[in-house]
Amino acid sequence: MRTAFINTLIELARKDSGIFLLSGDLGFSVFEKFREGFPDRFFNIGVAEANMVGIASGLALSGKIVFIYSIVPFITMRCFEQIRNDLCYQNLNVKIIGVGGGLCYGSAGMTHHSLADIAIMRALPNMTVICPGDPIEAEMATKLGIYRRGPLYIRLGKSHEPEVHSNLKFLDFKIGKGITIKNGSDITIIATGNILYNTKCIADKLINEGLSVRLISMHTIKPLDKDIILKSAQQTKAIFTVEEHSLIGGLGSAVAEVLAETDAKKVLFRRFALPDRYLKDVGSQEYLREKNALSIEQITNSILKEYKSIKE
Amino acid sequence: MDKYKKIATEIRKRIVRMHAKSRSSHIGSALSSVDILTVLYFGILKIDTKNPWAKKRDRFILSKGHAASALYAVLSLRGFFSEEILDEYCIDGGRLPGHSTMHCVPGVEVSTGSLGHGLSIGVGMAIAAKYDAFEYRIFVLLSDGECDEGSVWEASMFAAHRKLDNLIVIIDYNKLQAFGRTKEVVNLEALSDNWAAFGWEVKEIDGHNFSKIEDTLCRVPFKKNKPGLIIAHTIKGKGVSFMENRLEWHYKSPDKEQLEIALKELDSL
Repeated sequence: MRTAFINTLIELARKDSGIFLLSGDLGFSVFEKFREGFPDRFFNIGVAEANMVGIASGLALSGKIVFIYSIVPFITMRCFEQIRNDLCYQNLNVKIIGVGGGLCYGSAGMTHHSLADIAIMRALPNMTVICPGDPIEAEMATKLGIYRRGPLYIRLGKSHEPEVHSNLKFLDFKIGKGITIKNGSDITIIATGNILYNTKCIADKLINEGLSVRLISMHTIKPLDKDIILKSAQQTKAIFTVEEHSLIGGLGSAVAEVLAETDAKKVLFRRFALPDRYLKDVGSQEYLREKNALSIEQITNSILKEYKSIKE
Repeated sequence: MDKYKKIATEIRKRIVRMHAKSRSSHIGSALSSVDILTVLYFGILKIDTKNPWAKKRDRFILSKGHAASALYAVLSLRGFFSEEILDEYCIDGGRLPGHSTMHCVPGVEVSTGSLGHGLSIGVGMAIAAKYDAFEYRIFVLLSDGECDEGSVWEASMFAAHRKLDNLIVIIDYNKLQAFGRTKEVVNLEALSDNWAAFGWEVKEIDGHNFSKIEDTLCRVPFKKNKPGLIIAHTIKGKGVSFMENRLEWHYKSPDKEQLEIALKELDSL
């Protein structure tokens, strides 16, 4: 996803001389081309995220469109107050690019896991929160992000994510609108971010088991596409959310908030997300997913079990 | 210099009235900044009250946003908005919040209030000015206690590294912070040396001596390719005898009787 992001940004920066990129000392083997192409618009701020957000604010107050980049916890939490006061309160044109959503930096340990960032970012007024599910969504989010005034957070995965949308057209992607990847009538699965591909595999398995599955990519968590949730609540028997984020405050919470305030409470609703604790196991993204009941097999089996329970 | 003295006295009177009316804090911090703001707004800044967002204007950032009453009072006297609006400071339904907020009135460049934010924003503006090849300068006023914040030093290091000589920081060094003397809370005795070591061209002045303030500000940039720092030695609560150099006036506001005494003192200056 980060390659899709930077290639898109290079394309945009060629056309718009007001686009700046700031990095918190990250980008080895990723940002060199941007730096060479636009040396006066690339700034390595050093390992100083609070300063980076402030500088981005000053640039934005001077009419620039500024992208800032670091690993998710550093760029959302270390400098949280700068994001709140400088970017969101003043509603500035700064796009926060977090790399390594969820467990992408699995074996690096807890400091590099990002399990609360969606919750934190979506609590801020004026902020838009996008979690692209594949490189194509990352490209679209970057392209459309510059036209959306105000602060925006893009939670990227890392590298080599498989493509989910082979046929997605530019116009099919709208900030604040979920994408129906598969249409079905038994159950709905809503996924966000870097676990989208696995969720597609889950949907395929369930279809093989005879279920009619609706699969939605909810790339934008804020503003949330309420209509697509409510329609699914009316048209299917169960809604499942899948995300690589804490159970608290992420996609599942956002969908639950919508469902809890409607009359469609009869629909079965379950969240697949990470538990409310620091992960102590050491291992890769896939290993940690399995340790926390988020593997393709585990989620597939859980959904089958849940679905059987409502059929009985 | 008589011009400045007269203006500064009027600004102080407005500040004292605002705090008395709203019963709000930080009057001491506001009074300590008045003379610096007076020279900036009435002698230095290239700004146009009729076109407050002109592209090439000089920028001023009140990073010590708790001195907002001083900024609002200066802006009103300078003609950005009418004096009556000052009555709306920190009251129910009023339009002037206790910490400086952009868009509530024309002339406020940045919303501040949490310390340690303004300098980084100034650095961003300085980079933008260089990129656009505009000649405007960016002035940032910090408090002394604010220098406890790590982000100030992140920005300080970076500004020098990038040779931002269009950036000028002024520290309102009144030596009193929220809960004690700076010397006792976190000692700032080496302030000048520290900034110089970080790559800044440092000047130290009496922050209540108009000709010194003006003379120093007229000479920016102090050195090509170096950001400039002015350490302005000031007195918290300056201008009202019973407020001067007293911690409690970080919090208290004058009652009716104190207001009268304060106004009388200011008139006799």
